[in-house]
Amino acid sequence: MGKAIHQREGAVMILGGGIAGIQAALDLTELGFYVYLVEKSPAVGGVMAQLDKTFPTNDCAL
Amino acid sequence: MLTNADLLALHGTPGNFTATVNLRPRYIDADACTACGLCTQYCPRHHVDPYNEGLAITRPIHIDYAQAVPATYYIDPSSCLFLQHGTCQICVPVCQSHAINFNQKAEERTLHVGAVILSPGFGKIDPATLARFSYGKHPDVVTAFEFERMTTASGPFQGEIKCFSDGRHPKRIAFLQCVGSRDIGCDNGYCSSVCCMYAIKEALVTKEHDPEVDITIYYMDIRTQGKDFDAARDRAEAIGIKFVRARVADVTPWQNRLQLTYATLDGQHKFEPFDLVVLSVGLESPKDARRIADITKVDLNRYDFCATDSFNPLQTSQPGIVVAGAFQGPKDIPESVTQSSAAASLAAAAMKSARGKGVEVISYPDEQKVGAGEEPRIGVFVCHCGINISSVVDVAQVARYAGDMENVSYFTENLYSCSQDAQEVIKKKIKEHNLNRVVIAACSPRTHEPLFQETLRDAGLNRNLFEMVNIRDQCSWVHAGEPELATLKSRDLVRMAVCKARHIQPLPEQTVPVTPKALVIGAGVAGMTAALNLADQGFDSVLIEKGDSIGGNLRHLHHTLAGEAVQAHLQDLVAKVGASKHIELVCNAELAQTSGFIGNFSSVIVSGKGPDKVEQTVDHGVIIVATGGREHRPDKYLLGKSKKVLTQQELEKQLAGKAKNRAPGSVLMIQCAGSRGDDLQYCSKVCCNHALKNILKIKELNPQAQIIVLYRDMRAYGFAEDAYLQARKMGVVFIPYELDRKPEVTEKGAKVQVRFFDSIMQEEVVMSPDLVALSVGIVPDDTDTLSKLLKLPVTANSFFLEAHVKLRPVEMAVSGVYVCGLAHGPKPVDETIVQAQAAAAKAAIPLVKGYVKVDPIVSSVEQDKCIGCGLCVSLCPYGAIVMHKVDGKRKAETISASCKACGICAAHCPTFAISMGGFTNEQINSQIEAFGDRAQTVKA
Repeated sequence: MGKAIHQREGAVMILGGGIAGIQAALDLTELGFYVYLVEKSPAVGGVMAQLDKTFPTNDCAL
Repeated sequence: MLTNADLLALHGTPGNFTATVNLRPRYIDADACTACGLCTQYCPRHHVDPYNEGLAITRPIHIDYAQAVPATYYIDPSSCLFLQHGTCQICVPVCQSHAINFNQKAEERTLHVGAVILSPGFGKIDPATLARFSYGKHPDVVTAFEFERMTTASGPFQGEIKCFSDGRHPKRIAFLQCVGSRDIGCDNGYCSSVCCMYAIKEALVTKEHDPEVDITIYYMDIRTQGKDFDAARDRAEAIGIKFVRARVADVTPWQNRLQLTYATLDGQHKFEPFDLVVLSVGLESPKDARRIADITKVDLNRYDFCATDSFNPLQTSQPGIVVAGAFQGPKDIPESVTQSSAAASLAAAAMKSARGKGVEVISYPDEQKVGAGEEPRIGVFVCHCGINISSVVDVAQVARYAGDMENVSYFTENLYSCSQDAQEVIKKKIKEHNLNRVVIAACSPRTHEPLFQETLRDAGLNRNLFEMVNIRDQCSWVHAGEPELATLKSRDLVRMAVCKARHIQPLPEQTVPVTPKALVIGAGVAGMTAALNLADQGFDSVLIEKGDSIGGNLRHLHHTLAGEAVQAHLQDLVAKVGASKHIELVCNAELAQTSGFIGNFSSVIVSGKGPDKVEQTVDHGVIIVATGGREHRPDKYLLGKSKKVLTQQELEKQLAGKAKNRAPGSVLMIQCAGSRGDDLQYCSKVCCNHALKNILKIKELNPQAQIIVLYRDMRAYGFAEDAYLQARKMGVVFIPYELDRKPEVTEKGAKVQVRFFDSIMQEEVVMSPDLVALSVGIVPDDTDTLSKLLKLPVTANSFFLEAHVKLRPVEMAVSGVYVCGLAHGPKPVDETIVQAQAAAAKAAIPLVKGYVKVDPIVSSVEQDKCIGCGLCVSLCPYGAIVMHKVDGKRKAETISASCKACGICAAHCPTFAISMGGFTNEQINSQIEAFGDRAQTVKA
């Protein structure tokens, strides 16, 4: 997402980088906006990254 | 991406917010770190691993998991010897890329943003709540989050399920549902909406590990109300997982096991021993919910989740701030993903005028022409990956070996091929040696191919003149104990790649322009919301409705469970649709024909009847399917035969009317009438809440009314649980029934008689209520015609099937087609609105870009060889191949924009007329030949 420039027009801040925040960030960049994804832990991914499989298809979560 | 960051303050108004963010130091330079892992190996201090729910030990300097983004290690200051005691610093000299920097300081940043999306997730239940289940007292009582890590290959036991007490494999496992949710004791009255699903999932996974293990799930109601979720429960029951309806009172250690005490519905007290007890803990509001609310001034509900309403499910109390995910209410992954896309569309609509202003466009140098006849000049780069590869594989030998091969003009080794300086070296060498093909032997193309392809583009080479060999996963990792064989295999793989590289050709970067208009099919709440959202983003749509008026099912509803007036919202929607200059509404209309592909559809719409029949052709770039559904009318329980038997929708209408005794003195409701294994196989998700809504209305109008509900599982998920509790407090009697003992409704004179088995009293009961209300479920409106017309897959239950149930919940397998509302599956109005907004977000993406990028790895048909048999057309799952006439002969042609490069067509073509870009037969054959040809390919 490039180096942060602080004065940008057309920027959105997303608080929380779990699956919800990541998806919103991806969609917004595709829709033509710059995104600041603010995550309190050292990596994005949230709880979903801790899951092994997902219901009901038992697909891998990572 | 700002990680390790906390929001400190937020000021301003929509379009003009100022946020202050504090960035805590990682103590590692993210640009320099190559994630080799050496530092963790040398770090002497132990650190409890939060990623593994505290079940494993890591080091203060670590990365949570190998796939973490950013792929940078960090130092947890709470246990680092240097940061706590000023000693150690072993990691500093160990790091070969000099990435460790203890001088990093916290940094405050000010961000100017136009909109804010809150997606902070959820919090976890306080361990104090779990104490009565011996959690914290006995090691073999674990939460479901901990158990999830125990079942995982990357978890503390590498996926082996063991008891913490003595390491034995558990033979009997109990899952306890509703721990910390539907639990007034800890003030979490709501249902967490995910625990039933994850418990079933974990039970199924455990059975895969050990089919002999005995698993019991103790529950109050199994709430698998999501699309096709009941099928998973049935699967679990079929393989022997037991479901017992009982709330477990306590868990006590007993000998070396755990004893459960519980009471069943018929009043029996029971005890049962288990080896391992898993607590299905609920989701709470995030720990910092109140802090977030203080900073952003958004209102919270009584459970500290973000407060929103049914018609604006993501809008917080503050304009310009929207919410997505579990902070809006406990929910699963697909719902969260849907909400996120919807939140993105809301933010995009609010900031329409600033679109595109903050985004950088990356430019590349002109591409150097590489002709088919030009002699291949291959550069081979072999990566050490720190010691990740080189500690097993003899990297120097592999590189020299490659250098001896024909057409290899340059070879070298890199310590880290992915590092920033290595990219510069690769670019320099491409120019210096005039390379026209590049082979990199390193790690996984899944993570690194895009990076190297970018480097090629920067150097003026087509990105497809690249071949990657994975000698880490496939050699050094899996053959760690056999370095010589691992080296030999690396040589084999590199040889194969070089042989393929001789035949690879540049592939054109194609783009296809997009008609900036949408076709929205169906003008119920889903279609209207989607069209209005697109209009807010500045895009035109044609909204077609097969009936003569718009509004769909909303016309039959009067108020929501939360008490909001439905008709007022509907009128508002209809007025907005009518007033929008971006929406062309066509009623009495049906789609007759569609051709084309994403970005370039052309549809024929037929409207009116008889002499007024009009046909019009519309060009559009995307399609949103919102064809809806309707109440199912089962031929059962005297529905339609007795005036005293109504559906919930009919009852709602009666209650909203003016009749004097519209809320009768005694009402009996039958849930799942015709659903869940009857006419309909599935759960319709809304009926339990619909029943509760009507119950509360009856009680409001006639507090003396006697109401009995016969149900299978009351699925009052989320905050609707409050209504369920309220109804019980008002004296409404809820009695579960089993499939083999369904209630019977008969007519007796002017009365209806209901006979059912009371599972609480354990006896048969006959009664004559004033009214019987049936919760009947939802069926989709005709999906068959549209499915054939647009080649859209449907589920076994005739709802449209999304591209991926978790991660692409509103997209369809056919590019450029999106689905929302009841056509996708039964759901309440708030979820429908969110899904419609999400569909609008996804549909807007190609419209915003104005073009669709085509991945060069698509199929192409050699017209000379094509015999026009049409096999490929019938096999293509994406409708990406069409037949057309060339000089009077039938020929196949790929629509590049729709092709997903699966290769099915190429594999089946009887005349080998179809090849895949980057994977031609010639390329693959040369690779296979090279595999068995250890000697010949080496330079003479």
